[in-house]
This record gives sequence, structure tokens and C-alpha cells, in this order.
Amino acid sequence: MIGLSILVAVVVMALLAPVISNEDELRAINTVDNPTWATPSEFPPLGTDSFGRSVWAQFVWGARVSLLVGLAATVIAIVIGSVVGILAGFYRGVGSAVLLRLTEWFLVIPFLPLAIVLAAILGPSVQNIILVIGVTSWPGTARVVRAQVLTLKERLYVERSRALGASNRHLMGRHILPNVSPIILANLTLTVPIAILSETTLSFLGLGDPTRASWGKMLDEAFSEGALTREAWWYFLPPGLGIMAVVLAFTLIGSALEEILDPRLRERRR
Amino acid sequence: MADPLLAVRDLHVTYRAEAGDVPAVRGVSFDLAPGETLGLAGESGCGKSTIAGALLRVLPRGTEVTGEVLLDGEDILEMKPGRLRAVRWTEVSIVFQGALHALNPVQRVGSQVAEAIEIHHPGTNATPRVAELFETVGLPARRTSEYPHQLSGGQRQRVLIALALSCNPRILIADEPTTALDVMVQAQVLELLERLQRELALSMIFITHDLSMLSHVCQRTVVMYAGRIVEEGPADEVFARARHPYTEALAGAFPLIGDQAYRMNPSGLAGDPPDPRALPSGCPFHPRCAVVQPECPGLDVELWPAGDGRRAACIHVLDATAR
Amino acid sequence: MSEVLLRTRGLHVRFPARHGETARAVDGVDLEVRRGGVLALVGESGCGKTTLARTIMGLERPAEGEVVFEGEPLRYDGRFLRRYRGKVQMVFQDPMGSLNPRQTVYEAVAEGLRIQKLPGDETVRVSEALARAGLRPPERFVQLYPYELSGGQRQRVVIAGAMVLGPSLLVADEPVSSLDASVRGEILKLMLELVRDAGVTILVVTHDLGLAWNIADRIAVMYLGRIVEEGPTEELLSSPRHPYTRALLSVVPEAQEMEQQILQGEAPDPTRIPPGCRFHPRCPLVASGEAARLGIEERCRSEDLALRDVGHEHGAACYAVSA
Repeated sequence: MIGLSILVAVVVMALLAPVISNEDELRAINTVDNPTWATPSEFPPLGTDSFGRSVWAQFVWGARVSLLVGLAATVIAIVIGSVVGILAGFYRGVGSAVLLRLTEWFLVIPFLPLAIVLAAILGPSVQNIILVIGVTSWPGTARVVRAQVLTLKERLYVERSRALGASNRHLMGRHILPNVSPIILANLTLTVPIAILSETTLSFLGLGDPTRASWGKMLDEAFSEGALTREAWWYFLPPGLGIMAVVLAFTLIGSALEEILDPRLRERRR
Repeated sequence: MADPLLAVRDLHVTYRAEAGDVPAVRGVSFDLAPGETLGLAGESGCGKSTIAGALLRVLPRGTEVTGEVLLDGEDILEMKPGRLRAVRWTEVSIVFQGALHALNPVQRVGSQVAEAIEIHHPGTNATPRVAELFETVGLPARRTSEYPHQLSGGQRQRVLIALALSCNPRILIADEPTTALDVMVQAQVLELLERLQRELALSMIFITHDLSMLSHVCQRTVVMYAGRIVEEGPADEVFARARHPYTEALAGAFPLIGDQAYRMNPSGLAGDPPDPRALPSGCPFHPRCAVVQPECPGLDVELWPAGDGRRAACIHVLDATAR
Repeated sequence: MSEVLLRTRGLHVRFPARHGETARAVDGVDLEVRRGGVLALVGESGCGKTTLARTIMGLERPAEGEVVFEGEPLRYDGRFLRRYRGKVQMVFQDPMGSLNPRQTVYEAVAEGLRIQKLPGDETVRVSEALARAGLRPPERFVQLYPYELSGGQRQRVVIAGAMVLGPSLLVADEPVSSLDASVRGEILKLMLELVRDAGVTILVVTHDLGLAWNIADRIAVMYLGRIVEEGPTEELLSSPRHPYTRALLSVVPEAQEMEQQILQGEAPDPTRIPPGCRFHPRCPLVASGEAARLGIEERCRSEDLALRDVGHEHGAACYAVSA
């Protein structure tokens, strides 16, 4: 419940961005007249940065990018990872071995160099960040899902289903997938925060889209423009807290979802 | 009669859990005479394994245990930690079920037995004693250097027996020692226990659901249901001529081969043993009882006399004696 | 003599084991299952009875030999197997494990119907199957999840799921050993009712001779991958002709007074099957010299043998029985 409310609050805030803040205030050319490094009391609600841009506007608009990247990249990673994991775990033989090697290969690729290379080739943009994060995160899911599928495959009710005459497709859809979904969900709640933080890192390194505000970019600029030394807390605290809040929200939602979906855990809640 | 070696008086054990207290044992009393083998029969949830844990005080912290457990007159439940640790294993020890998890899978079996000796006699060289113990239980001494997974089920069980004997206890509690073993291996282990009992003058408490095994191995049997004793008496009598309907149902699960009465005639109880947190009113067995009477749900059952050296907690026993 | 429903001819099932060895789990089995009634396949762990059951179900492929059902040998393509599964069904040992914890009772029973795409009203068939399995009224159970049922009820759901397909043969692998002892009789009673009312033939795999005495018409005793004795239950258990059967019977606590013959050691594993009669290293007849006196010891040690006739439809694989 708490998790859901936090998330809803952040999403609503992001969606209402055009309403609750002034988009013009994001562009430095528009804010020449604004005081720079204004504190929140001088320039409500969250002060300005070194270019006189409204921090509040950046925070609210930045939420959109962080959430978008976090969710989209995670969806890509989870979908690819789950499919690969289930197939690699269920089947034996050449196909499965190939999938396994592929997973390991991708797992070993270091995130940052790949991101840098891809950003250099494809150009910095939000879509590319989503792509990079998705492509580097799926092996983690695949490994975990495959391990679970290997155990599930040996469960007696799977054998019973086979004895009833079930085909492999039926087994995977009816028995393996529903029982592997808690792991997938758990993985999802772990991956979203990682995706958001990865976006933060990439933007921090300047690989993100320079034209769009994001929480990562805010942290990057806070760092490079010397907000820390200036003690301009209103610049780096909001994005940091924002990230923490979203990560927390997803974790809470994740465990609540798992409880709802598992009939056994349902009993204990009563 | 001479004083019993072990006297359990009104033992109550209640586990503490978030969802509510679980009264696993609700007022159990029994005696164990020196050299006697007592059978403790019951199924899952009746409290029999809890009693074993209570006797050695190895139950989880916070568990409420009341009553008395008198070992030669000294109450184990009142012992100070130092005295308790001295008593554990040297006076009373347990043979667990020999599944792989009773033994540390990454430690050699010999050193696990040696550990018990070293705890109680620090500084002694345990090796010769361990070899001796292994021979006593029928294992070649060279097997002391092996790991549990290298042994068969029967051999692991023997290691656990050696472990239990390592400090020369007077009382051996065998908790389901032959469940999950093949019939032939079971017979070997039982033969071993019988021989050890004779040679070492041990007193034993034998815990199992197999009523017919108890009738061959023990002198007396005590049957437990829902945390209480529902019947007690000579082991063979309790099996062959049960006075409590639950005992009768349990005995029915072990058909006598060769007895026509058991041919094509299976019988069993419906339902499950009751949840200790939600016990039925009156006699806890009444929902599953084939001979239930109108008074049973409201009756405070006690162990009433039911013949020579026998007691049963059933209204029908009262009827019989009243007639 | 009723017709043969299923037969295995020279069945061999082998598994790769450690160090490149081969485990001969089923090592030449010719078994006949006759229509109607209950056949008990009895043996200790490692004797191959579960592998044999699974091969009969088509879940394992034989290395040699064949399984013949209603005169037709088993083929291992998808379509044949699916049709076969509509006629031969299986009940497993662990009822909790056999049911997907996320499926309701309804879904668990309906699954077979959906896979087999059988015609008719699914809801009606599921309710009938549940009722016939003793879960009455069915409406009370259909929406429940496995964790809400007792052990006996879960096994009934599994049985309903198997019977809903209307099979001619039901293979039950240790159907009651995971259940509490006092509850087992209920499930065994259900199985006998199914034989009587639904006309199904049951092959029950068990280590428990008492169970066989309770419900089986015929018994086949397995040792190290072979059937060593087979015959009508009453005759086989009252006058066993194979030394292994005799020893097994003698150590079962429920057997009527027989002198105990506790065999030494444990059965060798299926990668090291002894030459000649596979039982000879542990055979009491060899050990006591009786085999030598009968002049058969040489053959016991060197020549493998099949079942020999010893009475009406009773066979034992032993040289000591008069050929």
C-alpha cells in the first residue's frame, strides 16, 4: 500500500509536469533573468541552479525520464530474460546450451564500456539508454529464471501433468510459468531500481540526452557545477530522495504483489 | 515398585508463534523404570517429538515448558545451565531419524561422534573410543573417515546410534529411528538397539507411529493424540486389544499378515489430526471417532483405568467398568 | 483366469551412473497384469519397482524389450503416448508435491480432460470424479487450494484427476506412504471401491507387505531389477518359496510368528549385480550350506534363472524349488 501510494504520487507528479511547473524554466536561455543559485525561500518552490533554471521544473520533468527509462528498460530486460531463462532451463541439448552460452557472454560484458560505445555509435538519447540498459540487464534475469526452472521441472506435479499427456508447451505455460513468476517479479523489483540508477549513471557521465532533464542529469550538474561546495542542497537532495522513493516504492509493491499472487501466502495474511 | 529412573509429571509445552501460541503438549505424565523400554506412539502433531526435545531442553528459546522432569529425583527443567550441559548426552541422549540432515554433510562421521566426547571430556583423545563405538554398532572402524553421503541410510542410522552412546548415557531416546529405512535395514537397526539395550542396561524411550513395531520392541506403550496421552498399557496389549478408538484406528493401519480379518478390508480415519491451536471441544478425538457419543464434545476426558495396568481416555472405558 | 491387460516382455531399463558405469534398474522383467483386481509390486528401495512402474507409464524408455497394452506394443511418439495416457494413469507418492500449489482442485482435476480434449461437459465430469473419489459434495472442494486440504483429501484429488480420464489401468506408486498411518486405510478403501465400481485395474508399487496383504490379489516381489517371486497374495504370503521373500516376511513386525531371518548388509546397487542368481551373496540357503547340500550351490553362483512354477500361477526364481 505504501509502495503503491509513493509510486502513484511520483507518477502523478510526472504526468502533471506541464501543469505544475513551467516548461520554459528548463531552458537556460529563458532563465537569464532568474537569479542563479537561488535558495527555495528566494525562488520557490525549490530554488534555481547555476543557470537560473528552476530546480522544481527539472525535478518534475526529470521524473518522467527516470520513470520511463526505469520501466521500459526493465520490461525489455525481463521479457528477454524470462523467455531465455525458461527455454534454457526447460529444454536440454544443443539449443539450451547455445542459450546458456549467450547468456553468459552477455553477462560478462561490462556495462559501462558497452554503454559508452553504444552511446557513441547511436548518439545520446533516451531511447538508446533504454536499449543499452535492457540489453545488459537481461542475463541476470535469465540466469535466475533458468535456475528456478531447473528445479521446477523436477517437481512431481510437472511429472503428473506429463503423465496426463501434456505437451511441453502446456507444461511451460501452465505449470512452469506461474510458478516461476514470483522469481520474475522479485527480479523485476530489483531491476527497476537498477535501471533507474543506471540511467542516472549514464546521464551523470554525460551519455544521456543533454536536452532533456533527468534526475541523473541533475545530479551530474549538481556535481560539476559545484553545488556541493556551495551547499546548494536544494539541487542534489530532491533527485536523490526521488530516486530513493521510487526504488522503495517498487520494492514494497513487489513483495505485496508476490503475496497477492501466491495462494499459500494469502492464507497467512488473513 | 522401585523409584523410576525418569518421571515426567504434568508436562506442558507451548510454542510461541506470531500467529498465536501452540500448545503442543498438554499435561503429559509417565514413568520410565531402569532398564525399561517405553514406546511413545502417535502421528504428526501429537507432540511426541516435542517431548523428546523437552526432556533435553533443546526446544526453541521462548518456548514455555512447565511441569517436572525428574531424573533420579532431580528436575531437569530446574537445572542450572552448567548442570544441564553436563547431563545432556551423558545421562540422556537422542538418536534422531537418520536422514541426511541429522549429520553435518561436510564433516567426517568419525569426527562428529568425537565431538560429543570432546565436549564432555575436553582434552581426551577420542579416537580409540570412536573406533570402539563404531564396532559396537556394527560399522568397520575405517568408516570413521567417511562423509555422511558416502554411507547408506542404515549406516547413517548406526552412526547416529554411536553418537548417542558416546557418553554412556543411562537413557536413550530413539526418535523415529527406523522411519524411511527399508524393512530389512529396519530389522537390523532394531536388532542392534535390542542388543545394546541388553548389554549396556539402557533404558529407552522409543518414539514412532508404528504401533506394531512397539508391540515387539517395548514393554509398555503410551499413545498420544493432540498433545495428551490417550492410552497406556503393556505394548502388545495396546496393539492387539486397544481400548481407545484412536489407538484402534492406528493399530488398523498395520494389518497382520496371515490374518483373514485384514484381507480386502482396509480401514482408516478421515480428516487430519487437529491443529493444536484450534482443538475440538471436550475429547479432541470426537470429530473423527467412529463410536462417538452425544456427551463426548462436552466431556473433560481423563485417563481412566481400563484393565490391568491399563488406562484410556475414553468414555467407553467408563461404561465398561461401570457395568 | 482373466485376460491380460498389460504385459512386459524382456524389459530392460538402464541408466548411466557415476564413473561411466550403467545401473541396470530393470533387468529383464516379464510381468503380466490381469484385468480387474489389484497387483502389488513389492520390494525394497533400489529394486527397480518405481522404474518399472514409470516405464509401464511410458515415462521411461526401455533399453530392451517392450510394454504391451491390450495387445499393442507401446510406441514413443507424442500422439500415441497421449492416447495411451488416456487409458493408463498414475498416482504418485507425495500428494502435496503432485498438485501445483497455484491450481485449484477444479483445475487440477480438469487438467487431464483439457489436455486430452475429451468431449462432454467438463464441470460435470470433474464433479463426478471428485464425488467418486470420496470428496462429497464436490462443490465444497472445487475452489479450494491444495494447502487447504488434508493429506488424505489431496491424495483423493490426485486420484480424481487420474480417474476422470476413465483409464483401464491405474498405477499407484507408494500411494499412502506419505500419509499419516491412521489415514492410510481410507485411501486404500477408496482404491478397492474403484476396482469394484469403476472396473479399473490397479498396479500398486509398495515396500509394505502389510499393504499388499490388505488389498492385493496378486503380488510380484522384486529384487535388484528382477521379479523373484510372483503369485496369489494369500498363497505367496503364507508359503513364500523364494528365500528373499521368506526373509522379508520374517522381519516384518506384522507377520504372524516366524523366526526372524535378518539378512546381513544391504542390497548391492544396480551397477553391481552379482553373477548367477542375483540374490546368492545374501541368500540364507547359501550361507547355511543348505544350497550345497541340495547340490545347487554351483548353479546359484553362476547361472541366472527365471521364474519357475511352484503352484497355481505362483512362480519363484530359485533353484531350491523343485523344478
